[in-house]
Amino acid sequence: MSNIPETGRTSRVTIRLVAIQILVFSLLATLGGRLWFLQIRNGDEYTAEAAGNHVQQVVQPAVRGSILDARGVPLADNETRLVVSASRTELMKMDDDGEAVLARLAKVLGMKPKDVSDKVRLCDAETEQPCWNGSPYQPIPITDEATTQQALAIRERSEDFPGITAEPTAVRRYAAPAGATTSQVLGYLSPVTDEEIKKAENTDSPFLRSDQVGRSGLERSYDEYLRGKAGVTRYEVDKLGRVMGQTQSDPAVAGHNVITSIDARVQAVAEKELEKAMKEARKQFDDNTGRNYEADAGAVVVLESKTGRVVSMASNPDYDPNAWVGGISGKDYAEMTDKESNYPLLNRAIQGQAAPGSIFKVIPTAAAVKAGYDFNGRYPCTSSYSIGNQVFKNFESQDHGAINLGKALEVSCDTVFYRLAHQEHKRDGGMNPKKDAKDWFYKTAHDFGLGKKTGIDLPNEVTGRVPDRQWKKDFWEANKDSWCEKAKDWPEKKDYVTKLSRENCLAGMKLHAYDSVNYSIGQGDTLVTPIQMATIYSAIANGGTLYDPSVGKAVVSPDGKSVEMIEPEPHGKLPTSKKTLQQIDGALADVATAGTAAWRFQGWPQDKIPMHAKTGTAEVYGKQTTSWFATYTEDYTIVMTISQGGTGSGASGPAVRNIYNALYGVDEKGKIDKSKALLPKPQTELPEIREDGSIKSAPVEKPADEEDAAGEEDASGGGGDTGPADGTDGGDAAVDQAGADRAAGDQGAFDQAAAEPDAEADSGQDPAADDHGATDDADQAARREDE
Amino acid sequence: MTGHGFSISRYTPDQGVWGRLTARDSLVRRMDWPMLASALLLSGLGSLLVWSATRNRTELNNGDPYDYLIKHTVNVGIGLALMAGTVWLGHRTLRGAVPVLYALSLILIGLVLTPLGTTINGSHAWLDVGGFSLQPSEFTKITIILGMAMLLAARVDAGDRMHPDHRTVVQALALAAVPMAIIMLMPDLGSVMVMVVIVLGVLLASGASNRWIIGLMTTGAVGAIAVWQLGILDEYQINRFAAFANPELDPAGVGYNTNQARIAIGSGGLYGTGLFNGTQTTGQFVPEQQTDFVFTVAGEELGFLGGGLIIVLLGVILWRACRIARQTTELYGTIVAAGIIAWFAFQSFENIGMTLGIMPVAGLPLPFVSYGGTSMFAVWIAVGLLQSIKVQRPLSA
Repeated sequence: MSNIPETGRTSRVTIRLVAIQILVFSLLATLGGRLWFLQIRNGDEYTAEAAGNHVQQVVQPAVRGSILDARGVPLADNETRLVVSASRTELMKMDDDGEAVLARLAKVLGMKPKDVSDKVRLCDAETEQPCWNGSPYQPIPITDEATTQQALAIRERSEDFPGITAEPTAVRRYAAPAGATTSQVLGYLSPVTDEEIKKAENTDSPFLRSDQVGRSGLERSYDEYLRGKAGVTRYEVDKLGRVMGQTQSDPAVAGHNVITSIDARVQAVAEKELEKAMKEARKQFDDNTGRNYEADAGAVVVLESKTGRVVSMASNPDYDPNAWVGGISGKDYAEMTDKESNYPLLNRAIQGQAAPGSIFKVIPTAAAVKAGYDFNGRYPCTSSYSIGNQVFKNFESQDHGAINLGKALEVSCDTVFYRLAHQEHKRDGGMNPKKDAKDWFYKTAHDFGLGKKTGIDLPNEVTGRVPDRQWKKDFWEANKDSWCEKAKDWPEKKDYVTKLSRENCLAGMKLHAYDSVNYSIGQGDTLVTPIQMATIYSAIANGGTLYDPSVGKAVVSPDGKSVEMIEPEPHGKLPTSKKTLQQIDGALADVATAGTAAWRFQGWPQDKIPMHAKTGTAEVYGKQTTSWFATYTEDYTIVMTISQGGTGSGASGPAVRNIYNALYGVDEKGKIDKSKALLPKPQTELPEIREDGSIKSAPVEKPADEEDAAGEEDASGGGGDTGPADGTDGGDAAVDQAGADRAAGDQGAFDQAAAEPDAEADSGQDPAADDHGATDDADQAARREDE
Repeated sequence: MTGHGFSISRYTPDQGVWGRLTARDSLVRRMDWPMLASALLLSGLGSLLVWSATRNRTELNNGDPYDYLIKHTVNVGIGLALMAGTVWLGHRTLRGAVPVLYALSLILIGLVLTPLGTTINGSHAWLDVGGFSLQPSEFTKITIILGMAMLLAARVDAGDRMHPDHRTVVQALALAAVPMAIIMLMPDLGSVMVMVVIVLGVLLASGASNRWIIGLMTTGAVGAIAVWQLGILDEYQINRFAAFANPELDPAGVGYNTNQARIAIGSGGLYGTGLFNGTQTTGQFVPEQQTDFVFTVAGEELGFLGGGLIIVLLGVILWRACRIARQTTELYGTIVAAGIIAWFAFQSFENIGMTLGIMPVAGLPLPFVSYGGTSMFAVWIAVGLLQSIKVQRPLSA
């Protein structure tokens, strides 16, 4: 420093140099501070952002599990469709953003070039449909209906179609084996909603945007099992979306298969018989209304008496569940939901409720015994019963003299039950109940499981209604305002509605004697569902156990290694002694042999297969009568109903008889031909589950149809349905052969021509065809992806 | 002074080149080694970072992952040679050559405006010479410093005046304004910004009247507003400023660079992801990563420690430069050193600052670290000038 004074250096320059130095170091300190702020203070935030930057997910959808019948016949499975998709990342690497490739593709597929390019553009606020709403790293499907020819053209000239793939992909199929659509029981799928995605976001099974969710029926109640888990592969990508490496890969896990207790053949018979019975009813003239019966809706349930398992369940009107596959069209949806179609989506076996009519009478019979009346006592079956000036007539005003309760069931004598119900009503205190009112007739109905859900494994079951004192009160509370409003017209207007409104307004909160009397024969405000009645009758058949009816029988993992049985669960016992049950059982057998149902069971081999039955014809205000028919054997319980269909035995009788005929192989004359029996004993064994997890499917024959068997078999046996072994009953070898041929026809040609090194498919020995196809299709698709 | 005399007395011409270089008062011994070491370390770090940023980019490196590593190292070697040459010649010798150098640099930047010039990143600032891209404005920074220093120090170092007079200041400003105007036409706004700061630093160190300093700053501010208002800037330049003001404005567009740069640096944390392991770097999310955004590689792969080291090394160079500026005996040397300090300090601050999101984006390389021959040569020549000022013997000695 000593030399500084020697220079011309002035203090001004020195000060300024110091200032410069300070300035320089504060700038550097600023940089250091900012660096600390970004890397240390906020480092985690940026690390997360960097991770989001360079990782992209590609999703492989899981193959949905199949729904199979008790013998392994697929009711809902997946079929292989040729899906042509475009990889956007590949296309965007091209100089023209893949335009030329898409134009060539459009030509091959016979589509307009604009339609194709629209499909691969990404959706944003300004883009109209069609556009791609998913991840840009996901292959974008152009069509799922490519022909083998088109797929071949694309595959053979892969150099002309970079980034384009033609892959067989699994698409839901409702096969309708033997013509059994089983529509409402199976339910349907529709795409997941934003709300559901959000809700399931942080659960174990989050949804993907491409997911389909079961919306009704088994598809819904077993959705979690059936859905499986989509595979997610995370790729590290660079700025241009080029894949640099694979960070993590969770393979797709196929959904579980659900084996049901449904028998597709019985289901087909039930559906057809229901349809036929309703058509027949519409030809019958109704004297009361002066026009033909409407038979607007109907349902039939076949349960295993000893387990409550559902062998078949049909509801009419029905629909084709395949309409939902690949997104339902607006037209189809409108048709399925408008009033004109009478709501085919409803499963009337569990969602249709109506007054039960006389099939209800087993309940007042049990109730009367509970209340202390002797089953074998003598009760006058007069032609009518009067309370004050109100006269309640017996059905067709018949007088049977003094009879016991069994005979009252057999001949369906109303007046016996009127009298008992009225006596009980009086004993309980009439309109103003005593403190310890027993209300046996109502309590028994509750104990039989009415007024609540049976617990069947199908969604949205309804409860029906037991119109007891509490319900009367609640109902009056809810409706008194509108009743009393209408009642104001009295006495100027004296029509039925005004009169009823006035009565309801003034005294509707109380249980009247006439309420109890009407109730005792299953009329009035009583509402039941077919499944409730089937549960009750099967309980009578099996000695008193009320089972939760079940459709699902077992859940099988896709590899077949885990089989989770769904055991029948009882929800109660009938509140009836063994002795009384036996007496009721005997009376119901008499109904089938000598009572109201006897004419429908003429020639039935009662000694070999004891039949029990109860008919019911319920009156509905403003409508035609509801036909009810409840029957059971040792093995099966069948309950059928037709809304506005006429009498119980008249409208439903033949159909129920025909279902029994098919089950046991009984012909018109009552001869049993075991070889024609579809299911003489309930199916207890599960279908065979193979090593690879595929499930062996039993052959489905066209059910022997009494009237037009030959013709129909020819017509539909050849190619109508998707059952693997149409029209063959020559044992497994024939079945397998037929299956292999079908496989070759469907897919083999494509595979061979495309020179896929898929030995199994090429050899033609793949037993795919007699399995439910889903697993195999999925496997093949998976193999292709591996390559 | 006795020690000094003693060593001279021991001086013998027969010692040979090595002996002369390593003799106690030799050029080499008297050089500022902390500065030299820091500059070398920075250049070495730069090689690694440039390598990491380019080794996967086949479209740049023609398939050779070492391409940029080699080129960068060669550039450093040439830079070292240029530094040695500058020290050898000495800044005093160069003082005499200033008019020639000035004229030469004017011609070079003039050539850029002819069809010989090429455009890189919207900036028409490059000369394509036999396959090599040259950015003459880098050399212009040096000639402006030398030219202004020559003019401003002439009368003072001669002992005529205490401070440069107004006339000299006007001359010096005019000298700087001509090449700046040409570079503005390219347009290479970043270089012009650096030159404005250089001019400020030079004027400060020259001892010019405070009125000049304040006046110049005011003019600069008014000029900046005028430039903005009159729409002289290209759209991309306006966008860069807009993105700086509000980085969330358009993360996919103009804000993309700064956003990705900040993500890269922020994700580095304390130790970084390790060299070659940065996902942002490997994924090429940050543009211009081997040149203007090279600091993001350091931030992501070497973390706070690596990034901090670069700032510290730059700090060492600037600290030594400030010492040289203060200790030199003649105003000419002081002004040259101050010009270089202003240059290095501002360019480093702007470059690192833009990657950290505290400065708007401008196309400026990080001294010693960024890939780029011209810039590398220029900063090493500047180091040569500083060393020459350091090793100079007082004129009176």
